[in-house]
Amino acid sequence: MELNSRIPEGPIEEKWDNHRFEMKLVNPSNKRKYSVIIVGSGLAGASAAATMGELGYEVKVFTYHDSPRRAHSIAAQGGINAAKNYQNDGDSIYRLFYDTVKGGDFRSREANVYRLSQISLDIIDQAVAQGVPFAREYGGMLANRSFGGAQVSRTFYARGQTGQQLLLGAYQALERQVREGKVKVHNRAEMLDVVVVDGVARGIVVRDMLTGKVERHAADAVVLATGGYSNVFFLSTNAKACNVTATWRAHRRGAGFANPCFTQIHPTCIPPSGDYQSKLTLMSESLRNDGRIWVPEEAGDERRAAQIPESERDYYLERLYPSFGNLTPRDIASRRAKEMVDAGHGVGARKNGVFLDFSHAIDRLGRETISERYGNLFAMYEKITGEDPYRVPMRIYPAPHYTMGGLWVDYNLMSNVPGLFVIGEANFSDHGANRLGASALMQGLADGYFVVPMTIGNYLAKVTPGQVDDDHAAFADTERDATDRVERLLAVNGTRTVDSFHIELGKIVWEACGMSRSEKGLKKALERIPQLRDEFWSDVRVPGSGDNLNQSLEKAGRVADFMEFAEVMCHDALARDESAGAHYRVEHTTEEGEAKRDDENFAHAAVWEFNGVGEAPTLHKESLEFEYVELSQRSYK
Amino acid sequence: MKLTLHVWRQTSHTDPGGFQRYDAPDISADMSFLEMLDVVNERITEHGGEPIAFEHDCREGICGSCGMMINGVPHGPKTMITACQLHMRSFNDGDEIWIEPWRANAFPVIKDLVVRRDSFDDIIAAGGYISVRTGSAPDGNAVPVPKVYADEAMDAATCIGCGACVAACPNASAMLFTSAKVAHLGQLPQGQTERWDRVLNMVEAHDDAGFGNCTNHGACQLACPKGISVDYIAQLNRDLVRATLRARPTG
Repeated sequence: MELNSRIPEGPIEEKWDNHRFEMKLVNPSNKRKYSVIIVGSGLAGASAAATMGELGYEVKVFTYHDSPRRAHSIAAQGGINAAKNYQNDGDSIYRLFYDTVKGGDFRSREANVYRLSQISLDIIDQAVAQGVPFAREYGGMLANRSFGGAQVSRTFYARGQTGQQLLLGAYQALERQVREGKVKVHNRAEMLDVVVVDGVARGIVVRDMLTGKVERHAADAVVLATGGYSNVFFLSTNAKACNVTATWRAHRRGAGFANPCFTQIHPTCIPPSGDYQSKLTLMSESLRNDGRIWVPEEAGDERRAAQIPESERDYYLERLYPSFGNLTPRDIASRRAKEMVDAGHGVGARKNGVFLDFSHAIDRLGRETISERYGNLFAMYEKITGEDPYRVPMRIYPAPHYTMGGLWVDYNLMSNVPGLFVIGEANFSDHGANRLGASALMQGLADGYFVVPMTIGNYLAKVTPGQVDDDHAAFADTERDATDRVERLLAVNGTRTVDSFHIELGKIVWEACGMSRSEKGLKKALERIPQLRDEFWSDVRVPGSGDNLNQSLEKAGRVADFMEFAEVMCHDALARDESAGAHYRVEHTTEEGEAKRDDENFAHAAVWEFNGVGEAPTLHKESLEFEYVELSQRSYK
Repeated sequence: MKLTLHVWRQTSHTDPGGFQRYDAPDISADMSFLEMLDVVNERITEHGGEPIAFEHDCREGICGSCGMMINGVPHGPKTMITACQLHMRSFNDGDEIWIEPWRANAFPVIKDLVVRRDSFDDIIAAGGYISVRTGSAPDGNAVPVPKVYADEAMDAATCIGCGACVAACPNASAMLFTSAKVAHLGQLPQGQTERWDRVLNMVEAHDDAGFGNCTNHGACQLACPKGISVDYIAQLNRDLVRATLRARPTG
């Protein structure tokens, strides 16, 4: 597997500019001859589709939803970072770049992160012009809030629904191109495989979810914008349908999977209330601006929050990290919460959470201000738990939320399979071992609006349009593979439901490869996962047929891929014999209990090559050079 | 708690469909409504049946996927929430619950509780946007937007496109949905240039999709999980009148 990151020459501030000049362009009148497939319609996919449509390419978008607007980006709450420095508090492109590299615990690619910081400015401008109703100050200027891992206020937001508003902006831009006839949206079409012809991505195979018909679609380039794989844990904050299938299938066809073990556990989610729990709900990290996190000092304290006097509360983040306090990065806040709960300080009936307390903020700022800032989050919390956070502290606990790992891409966001581009959460490039809050929206939109529409032109300029059409043998083979698999799933006719397998897999992965990982646990998981996969294929029950809407069948295909993917995730966690960011190996901690990196041996992206189901994958490395941000132990004290 | 469900089952658009009864004897008050359906579906599957098809995704009230009539009310008995945010503590032991899909000509049933809502996309494609090419935007602070306008635009923009307004309306009108987008964009300085064409085109697409006309019942506002106000329909009507009068004759 060849891994050439294609980072442009020159000083970091000039790389993207230089590259844009050096890239080949497609003549405007020729653009309509090129077709591009985009899979996924979230922030990255919708913005890429809209922009490429504007540029003149023939774009086809595929989504398994009934409308592009339902993609899971819609659920992002807190905000989007940009180095605008509107607050005049010392922010700059360089600072956002620095914070992101440091926050990612030095496991991301400097050149990509710098470009992301540069582009962050344009994203805000673009969104405002589209009518995204960002929060404003009374003078009419854009408002900002702070987020974890930063000491400046650079987060733009639309109440607690920033993802929704940004996605609707991108979706509307996409629908405009639909009206223009430049983009064709295929709703309820699930991608089952990538078609690779002589090592080059030429199209995809999809299943029409209403008729069950498996269809071929050819194009000059394929863009995957299919999000992350947190649902490998079963319980996560991701929407129920989020899955690894598109990226996993691409991996099986030759695309390297980078850093699959870098998964983010979000510190502020509502703890599970019972075994029937189907997903976890996130409470925006922005709550940590005004909420204070604490647990009872004494383990096993049964008193209600109001009965515990100040002197018997442990505001452990403020105690351990005086300068960042409640705004430490996510990995640290999560791990410390787990420690507190494991040590018996957990709160709530199941003792599975910590308090996030707004009483001080309400005293200081008034109920109205707090309601203005977080009203919808408070309402959401009350609906789920039946408790009123204006009166009693919220209970929170970490939950899987975002995956930094993803398909390996070069500076152009192209995987090692020519013609296959990967954008947004689906790629690995910008967040290293830990993503900072409000940076996912930034990356999705940077990739979609500003990066891939440019870099794909450079690729297309070198290929003849329409070289391979969908009657090529590779399309027929790939279609047959996909059809066979659907038939196999329906034919097992065993005794256990798909969900029961997913829940069991999720528990294995959460215990071995969740918030803390150990050699012993990972090795055990690597023994157990293949067994469970065999049980799945011999005992799963998928009711119904393949020729109409069959939600059990859809789930079964996704879970089958998670069963394969979980292995490479554990292999990666085992091979990365260091702690870094969200990847916390119990064998490697500093004296203060922080993740202890091993830069000498692990300053690389681990890129895995598929060798067959159940076969150990092959590890390749892209070494990471840090020319601008000095490698250091992160300190948020 | 012990519940009895009557769920609408329908294999396809052409199948007449009908209610089927299910016992749900072991429901916890802390479950969400959809988790309750999960439990029922697991049991149906284990007993060799086909589970009830229903749409859902984020399960936190923002994606707009879920939507069903629960005892004749869109999203169930509580106001300002979606079905996925409804918890079983809103019901009592022994309750009978009737669950049906959205009923509207413009939302044909696909299967069980799943309906086709593509027409919402068509309404947006007709003009629910501001035409600004990527990269051509001025600085975000170049045009100040008074906070009150930004807040009002946000109130309208919170629509999740679930379709409850249509399901609640005796005319199956999607005017609340359409007006929310007209009001969101029409409130902002950036949305002025296309304001009049937008409202004409979106209303035309709304009518073409087979939605009924608004006759000011106001049921949509009550059903809306995001509290979108019928005031926006009034605003749409004002814009529509102005736009119609301004419209240049064609041909």
